[in-house]
Amino acid sequence: MFVYADNAATTKMSPTAIKAMLPYLEENYGNASSLYAFGQKSAEALAAARSTVAGCLNAEPREIIFTSGGSESDNQAIRSAASWGARFGKKHIISTAFEHHAVLHTLRRLKKEGFDITLLNVHENGIVTPQQVSDAIREDTCLVTIMYANNEIGTIQPIAEIGRICRERGVWFHTDAVQAAGHLPIDVKAQNIDMLSLSAHKFHGPKGVGALYVRRGAPLETLIEGGAQERSKRAGTENIAWIAAAAAALREACEHMEENSARVTALRDRVIDGLSAIPHSALNGDREHRLPGNINFCFEGIEGESLLLLLDDAGICASSGSACTSGSLDPSHVLLAIGRPHEVAHGSLRLTLGEYNTEEDVDRILAEVPRVVEYLRGMSPVWKDLESGKTRHQL
Amino acid sequence: MALYSEKVFDHFKNPRNVGEIPDADGIGEVGNAKCGDIMKMYLKIDNNIITDVKFETFGCGSAIASSSMATTMIKGKTIEEALAVTNKDVVEALDGLPAHKLHCSVLAEESIKSAVQDYYEKNNIPYDKSKFPVLEDCEACDAGQVRMV
Repeated sequence: MFVYADNAATTKMSPTAIKAMLPYLEENYGNASSLYAFGQKSAEALAAARSTVAGCLNAEPREIIFTSGGSESDNQAIRSAASWGARFGKKHIISTAFEHHAVLHTLRRLKKEGFDITLLNVHENGIVTPQQVSDAIREDTCLVTIMYANNEIGTIQPIAEIGRICRERGVWFHTDAVQAAGHLPIDVKAQNIDMLSLSAHKFHGPKGVGALYVRRGAPLETLIEGGAQERSKRAGTENIAWIAAAAAALREACEHMEENSARVTALRDRVIDGLSAIPHSALNGDREHRLPGNINFCFEGIEGESLLLLLDDAGICASSGSACTSGSLDPSHVLLAIGRPHEVAHGSLRLTLGEYNTEEDVDRILAEVPRVVEYLRGMSPVWKDLESGKTRHQL
Repeated sequence: MALYSEKVFDHFKNPRNVGEIPDADGIGEVGNAKCGDIMKMYLKIDNNIITDVKFETFGCGSAIASSSMATTMIKGKTIEEALAVTNKDVVEALDGLPAHKLHCSVLAEESIKSAVQDYYEKNNIPYDKSKFPVLEDCEACDAGQVRMV
């Protein structure tokens, strides 16, 4: 039995998405920039995909540009707002401590270039408050960039409220919606979002394609220079097959969002309830305001990588915020940001369920995770010290 | 899976000599929970021979495999032979470790030395302190780098 429970890392392509891409791999391979009718078929497919993606976000087609994915979209959005800010002497950017590295590392670079970066505290529940954003905005703030939902602990941020504040205060608002798109309702107009990043492979589309929504009038700078594709904002011959598949996957996800969400949430809640019975464990992130498929636990006394390897051996694909899984020495910056101590953060497990998971998958997870945790605790001197009272339990 | 060698996987999934020796003659504990690795080594020593050895480890797959392999390399050996086991020997016996996991083998070597040192101290046996690692707080946590071999 094979249980894929790492849908926040990537998802399986849907049959709809695969079907949507095939005509552009086989017959219609023309270049969308070519003038002849054969090329124009590709141009039409591109326009249709743009219109579909725009429709899913309540945006206008001209506000969508296709990119290589979430990281590129984040880079371009933040760079664009920063360049705009630099022109007006506004070199302050607000974000949170637990953004994706595509955002954090771009901000780190901007800091070296003279920008002042404020990273807001995300509290124990993994949620930033609109008041924090309001309090942090200064005269020289050019951009607020806050993720829609966190990729590790799944917590959903108050995007509409933050959007309203930013619009009122005249500050550009970008949200990295890579984990949210296709899973949570998005309305860029109602939520006052100026820029939004998404990535197709998180909602059953192909890898290597994403989109950036940029509201008309918001700054948009070119990162990749070359041809006049994407209104000269993103050069390079468009990958029509991937783009068509991305649009088809997003439309499918948005059309079935309510039923998918209800079903996946029910699976998630079964796992959360089941794993909560493991002694000295804790759910990371707010229980209510979280992505339908996200489960993230810390288990005291064990280390995440060994947990993952044994789960893999049992046929379960999962991930961890342990340092050992990343090749770095520090455990997840997200878990540290919500206040987990290093030694607890090392023992984390992220399971992310999706539309293709079943009740049987949940049964398997609930049978294997407690078994593996108990086994590893049985050989852990840290666990022994906790149990004997030599050190104090933190969970 | 190509992350680790088959030997590492074998020792990780079927660790040898796991557990505790309640009446151990020497106990060594190295590592730091903050860094994500702690190894504890128990030795039973009779007439200069390591007659039994057990380990407990909190850590990643390669940490568990390194401890397991280290126990098999010193069981039945003399103290001198056990002290001669280096982290490189452990890595070789495991058919290699990824570069960022080499510190696990260092911990394995140090846990043996630390357990022998404990045995010497408990029995008032004179020994050359300079040949034993000074166990301080893991440098990695403070300096941001792994101690490499």
